[in-house]
Amino acid sequence: MPVVLGYIPIGFAYGVLAGKSGISAFNALLMSIIVFAGSAQFIAVGLIASGAGIIPIIITTFIVNLRHLLMAASLAPYMSKWKKSMQAFFAYELTDETFALHSSVATSLNDKKIEALTVNVTSQISWIVGTLLGLLAAGIMGDIKPFGLDYALAAMFIGLLVGQCLDYPRIFTAVLAGIIATVMYISGFQQSYVIVSSVIAATIGLGVEQWIKQKSA
Amino acid sequence: MDQTEISLTLIGMAVVTYFPRCLPILFLSGKQLSPLIIAWLRMIPPAILSAMLVPSLISPEQKINLDFDNLFLWASFIAFPVAIKTRSLSLTVLVGMSCVALGRYYGLGAG
Repeated sequence: MPVVLGYIPIGFAYGVLAGKSGISAFNALLMSIIVFAGSAQFIAVGLIASGAGIIPIIITTFIVNLRHLLMAASLAPYMSKWKKSMQAFFAYELTDETFALHSSVATSLNDKKIEALTVNVTSQISWIVGTLLGLLAAGIMGDIKPFGLDYALAAMFIGLLVGQCLDYPRIFTAVLAGIIATVMYISGFQQSYVIVSSVIAATIGLGVEQWIKQKSA
Repeated sequence: MDQTEISLTLIGMAVVTYFPRCLPILFLSGKQLSPLIIAWLRMIPPAILSAMLVPSLISPEQKINLDFDNLFLWASFIAFPVAIKTRSLSLTVLVGMSCVALGRYYGLGAG
C-alpha cells in the first residue's frame, strides 16, 4: 500500500513545474483530476509553456497515452467478473504506476475488486495532494533544478521498470525496447518511438520466451 | 493561451486519454484471448516503460550523451540498484532526485 505514495514526490514535481509555467493553480489541479496521466502531464506543461496550440497538445497527449490501450488490453482478460460501470471507473485511473501494480497481481483481479479500486483511488489522491503541495512550493521556490525535481519522472520509470523485470525474457524485452526506442528517438521519430519500439521488442521477446519454453519442454 | 483555452485543452486531453484506457477493458474482458496474445501482452509493460525511460537517460537532447555531464544517466546507476534492492518507488524517486541535486550542487552536469 505505501507503494502508491510514490506518486506524491512525482505529483509534487509536476505541481512545481506547472506552477512555474504560467498555468493557473485551478488548471494545474484540473489536469491532475480529469487527465491523471503522469508523463503526459509533464509533457503538456512543457507544450503549454512553449506556446503550442490546443490541437497539437491534444494529439500529442493522445499518442503519448496510446500505450494505455495495450496496458488495458493486458488486464482485460482478468476482469471478466467486473460490472461494466466498475470497469469504466477502474479505467479512469489506469496509469503507468497503477498498471504496474495491477499487472503484478493480475490473475487475482477478478476476486480483488475493492483492493484494486483502492489502489487506484489512493494513487490519484496522492497525485492530487502532490500537485497541491507542488503548487504551493512553486511560489516560494526559485529554480527547480537544484532540487533534482526534473529527474522525478525518470526515477519513477526506473522503479516501475524494475518491478516488471520478473524473468529473463522480460529483461531481454526491456533492454531491446530501450535500444530500439533510443535509435528511433535520435533518428527523429519523436511521436511514435514509444509505441513502435514497444511492439517490436514485445514481439521478439515473446519469440524468445516461447523458444526457451520449447527447449526446456 | 489564456486560462480558459488551457481548460478546454485539458478537457480534450481527458477525452483522448480516457478512451484508450477504457475501451479494451470494456470490450475484451468477456473474451477468451489466446494464450499467445496474453503472453505477448505480458511483455508490453517492461517494453513500454523501458522505451520511455532509456532515451531520456542516454539521449536527453536527441543525441547520445554518455559523458560525465549527463547527470540523469549517472543518477540512474544509483537509482536502479536502489529500486532492485528496496522495491520502493518513493525511495527510488527520492534517492534519484537527491543524486541529481547533489551532482548539480557540486557543479557537475550541463544543466
